[in-house]
Order: sequence, then C-alpha cells, then structure tokens
Amino acid sequence: MNWEFIIKYLPLYQRAAILTVKIGVIGIVFAVLVGLVCAAVQYYKIPVARQITAVYIELSRNTPLLVQLFFLYYGFPKIGVRLSAEVCGVVGLAFLGGSYMAEAFRSGLEAVDDVQKESAFSLGLNSRQILGYVILPQALSTSVPALVANIIFLLKETSVFSAISLMDLMFTAKDLIGLYYKTTESLFLLVVFYLLILLPVSIVGTLLERRLRYAGFGD
Amino acid sequence: MAEPILEIEQLIKEYGQNRVLDGVNLTVHKGEVIVIVGPSGCGKSTLLRCINALEDIQGGIIRLHGEEIQKGSASSQKLRQKIGMVFQSYDLFPHLTVLDNITLAPVKVQKRKKEDAAKEAMELLTRIGLADKANSYPRQLSGGQKQRVAIVRALCMHPEILLFDEVTAALDPEMVREVLDVMLDLARQGKTMLIVTHEMSFARAVADRVIFLDQGNIVEEAKPEEFFEHPKTERAQKFLHVFSFDQVKKQEEGNCSEQSESHL
Ligand SMILES: Nc1ncnc2c1ncn2[C@@H]1O[C@H](COP(=O)(O)OP(=O)(O)OP(=O)(O)O)[C@@H](O)[C@H]1O
Ligand SMILES: [Mg+2]
Repeated sequence: MNWEFIIKYLPLYQRAAILTVKIGVIGIVFAVLVGLVCAAVQYYKIPVARQITAVYIELSRNTPLLVQLFFLYYGFPKIGVRLSAEVCGVVGLAFLGGSYMAEAFRSGLEAVDDVQKESAFSLGLNSRQILGYVILPQALSTSVPALVANIIFLLKETSVFSAISLMDLMFTAKDLIGLYYKTTESLFLLVVFYLLILLPVSIVGTLLERRLRYAGFGD
Repeated sequence: MAEPILEIEQLIKEYGQNRVLDGVNLTVHKGEVIVIVGPSGCGKSTLLRCINALEDIQGGIIRLHGEEIQKGSASSQKLRQKIGMVFQSYDLFPHLTVLDNITLAPVKVQKRKKEDAAKEAMELLTRIGLADKANSYPRQLSGGQKQRVAIVRALCMHPEILLFDEVTAALDPEMVREVLDVMLDLARQGKTMLIVTHEMSFARAVADRVIFLDQGNIVEEAKPEEFFEHPKTERAQKFLHVFSFDQVKKQEEGNCSEQSESHL
C-alpha cells in the first residue's frame, strides 16, 4: 500500500464524496416527496392520478438507474432538453427512488387498522387530525425500516453516476486507476469513503427502528 | 320518563342489495341502559355504527337531542363527540401511552387544557384500578385492561350516550368480568348506554330494557326479567334457548311439555 499516494489523492476523494452525498441527499429528498405524493394518491384512491402513479411505479421499478440516466443525459438533449450531469443525477435518483419510497409509505399506511380510524373518528377527531395524530405516526413507524433500506439502496446506486461523467467516488477511482495503475490504493479509498457515507446512515437507521418499535402491535 | 336522548325512526341500512336494517325504531331516554341481543349477523353492530355515523343510511332518521346525525355532514362531527363508542377489537392507539390515548381527543377536539384532561383521566384510571398503567403503552396491557382503558377514553369526552359493541367478545374468560364490572358501575352512575353483548347474565343484571334484533328488525322489546323468563316471540325463545343449558336439561329430564319436541 502506497500511503503517500493515498494522502495525495485524499482531497480528490473528499471532493467526490461531497458531490456524491450532495446529489444523493437532494435526490433522496425528492424521492421521498415523490413517494409521499404517490402513496397519498393511492391511499385516497384519487381517480386518474392513481392510474398515472401505477404506470410510473412500474416504469420506475422495472428499469435500471443506468438506463434512466442515459435517457436523461443522452436522450433528452435530442428533444431539446439539456440537463447538467448533476441535475440528471438528482432527477434519476428521484425517479428511481420515488417508487420505492411510495411502496414503503403505502405498506405503512395499509398496516394501520381500520378500527384505528374508526375509533379516532368516534372520538370526534376530524380527518386531518386522524391523519396527523393517528394514521401517520403509526404508518411512518412501520415504514421506517423500509425507508432506511431505500436510502441505503439509493446511496449505493449513486455509483452508476460515473457513467454520465459525474465526478463522483466511482468516477474518481476509475480515473486514478486508469491514470496511475494504483488499483489497490484507489479501490481502498473507494471502499473507505463509501463506508464513511453509508455506515452512519445504517447505524442511525437501526437506532431509529429500535426507538419506533412500539408500533408493533401485541396483546 | 326522562327526556329522550336518541331517537331512531324507520332506519334502513343496506349494503348493496343486502338490507341489513329494515325500518328500526328506537328511542333511548336519559339514564337508560339498553341491551341489544340477537343472532350473529342480525345487524347489531351495523345499528351502532349507523348511530355513530360510521355508516351512511338509506332511509329513516337518527337524531341526538333532536339533531339529525348523518355520515359526513359537518354537524355530525360535533354530534359524534357526544357519542362514545367502544369496539370489540382492542382499538387503543398503539403509539400513544394510556394517558395520551385518553387525553388526545379532549385536548385536540374539545380544546381542553392538557393538565385538566390528564387530571380527569387519572381520576378515572384510579377508579378502575389502572392508575399505575398511565404511562404504559397499550401492548403492555392485557386485553381486559385495554378494554377498560378504551372505556375510560370514551368517558373522558363526557359523551351523552355510550355505545358498546361486544366489548368482551375477544377477551379471555377470566378478563370478561373486570370489564363488565366497569360497565355495571357506569350503569349505576346513571350513564345512558346502548350495549350489544352475548353475556346474557350480564344483560339481565345491567339492562333497563332488552331489545331483541333479528333479521334487521326489532322483534321484541321488554324488561330484562320479562324477556329472559317469558320471551313472547318464537324467534326470541329459539334464540334464548341456545344460551340456557339448564333449561335444556330440565326438559330432557322428562317433564314432557309441548316444548320438548321443538328443541330436537
Ligand atoms: N361492510 C359491510 N359490507 C357488506 N355487508 C356487511 C358489512 N358489514 C356487515 N355486513 C352484513 O350485514 C349484516 C349484519 O352485520 P352486523 O355486523 O351488523 O351483524 P351483528 O349482529 O353485529 O353480528 P355479530 O353478532 O356476529 O357481531 C351481516 O349479514 C353482514 O354480512
Ligand atoms: Mg357485531
């Protein structure tokens, strides 16, 4: 292991990691928003929007992110829409993640028993209060494990960004290998940086899950 | 007779083609305890759900203090606060402590001060012997304890009428009593109650009036002694027959009355 090399290119990785996290976080935030909207549309069975969501979810889940990114980055300019690589990354993540997040929220909402709504209703709560105080807290705590898994999944998916020349971690590693043949060092840094990004998410997720476990029914 | 609280006239409820309630008439007076009995599927739960505006109705009218109850209408939102309901399945909110379960609606709906609601909740919990469970979560309670808390939760809204839908049906036998005792206590305090139950000896002890519902209609209505000793209609006799094993035994022992052929 050439430590000199590692120290020399550490800042390069650092910059790439920051870019990865930045695009990852923004993409995930949008994915969560898309997911919430889709789940709400399905939960309230809003006509037309419901069919559109269903098509979107199938499309999003059954195409690889790489293909989606190619569409955005190389395909869209052909119809006059030119997006920067960063924007493509964010849009791609949101498009892919939206459907996964929607499924997580949907299963959480469906897990809330009807009698919960009915008893809240008979206590005189209005529908907004029922949603806010009874349904969402239960639905979200049921969704947490799936949400955390999705976040980790999406962060890992960012590794295909290099295909649209985003200077993310993967791109940097490939670049260095290509330039200097320092495969071991480059890959070592790559792994370390991905772990630095993902481990905290994983740990926080586990803690959250443990805290929220009260939602599990039990007689 | 005291003032009528709840008036039901010609209530009709259908699920698609299936008419479940077919012109039910019922008036509940202040302080009255009415027990509704009847075979499975006769519409007991449906009746309570209509009263509580959980179901839309296809005909007739339900009035609480002269005001019409209708699913989805704005006034029903206010009226529903005056109706407390406890369900068969444990319906406490699992993400809230016992105390928060009880105070949620008083604080959010009636805009009462949290401390006041909590104080009242603690008094009621003490009364049913569950004060030490105030900060527990529902999953840490037994079935009987949960149902008692559910009753307190309904009570804390100061409803004018309480509806109970087979609240002991899902309980282990040894827990049935503790829940029924709470309800008996409420009846003695003069609360107005509409109770659906299969516990016949409890019905007898608690009811001012027993209503026998069959095939979507009130078939018989009487004082409990009268209903249980001398049911007038054949359908009620048949229904009660299922519950009275000692009667079966008596008949089998051979006092060959006319009835003996009918039960075989
Ligand atoms: N949501 C529903 N959709 C369609 N039919 C329903 C629905 N709820 C109840 N029913 C029907 O209405 C009838 C009355 O049901 P209900 O639950 O009121 O009976 P019940 O008297 O409470 O019976 P049990 O003693 O078993 O609780 C039944 O035939 C049932 O199949
Ligand atoms: Mg029922």
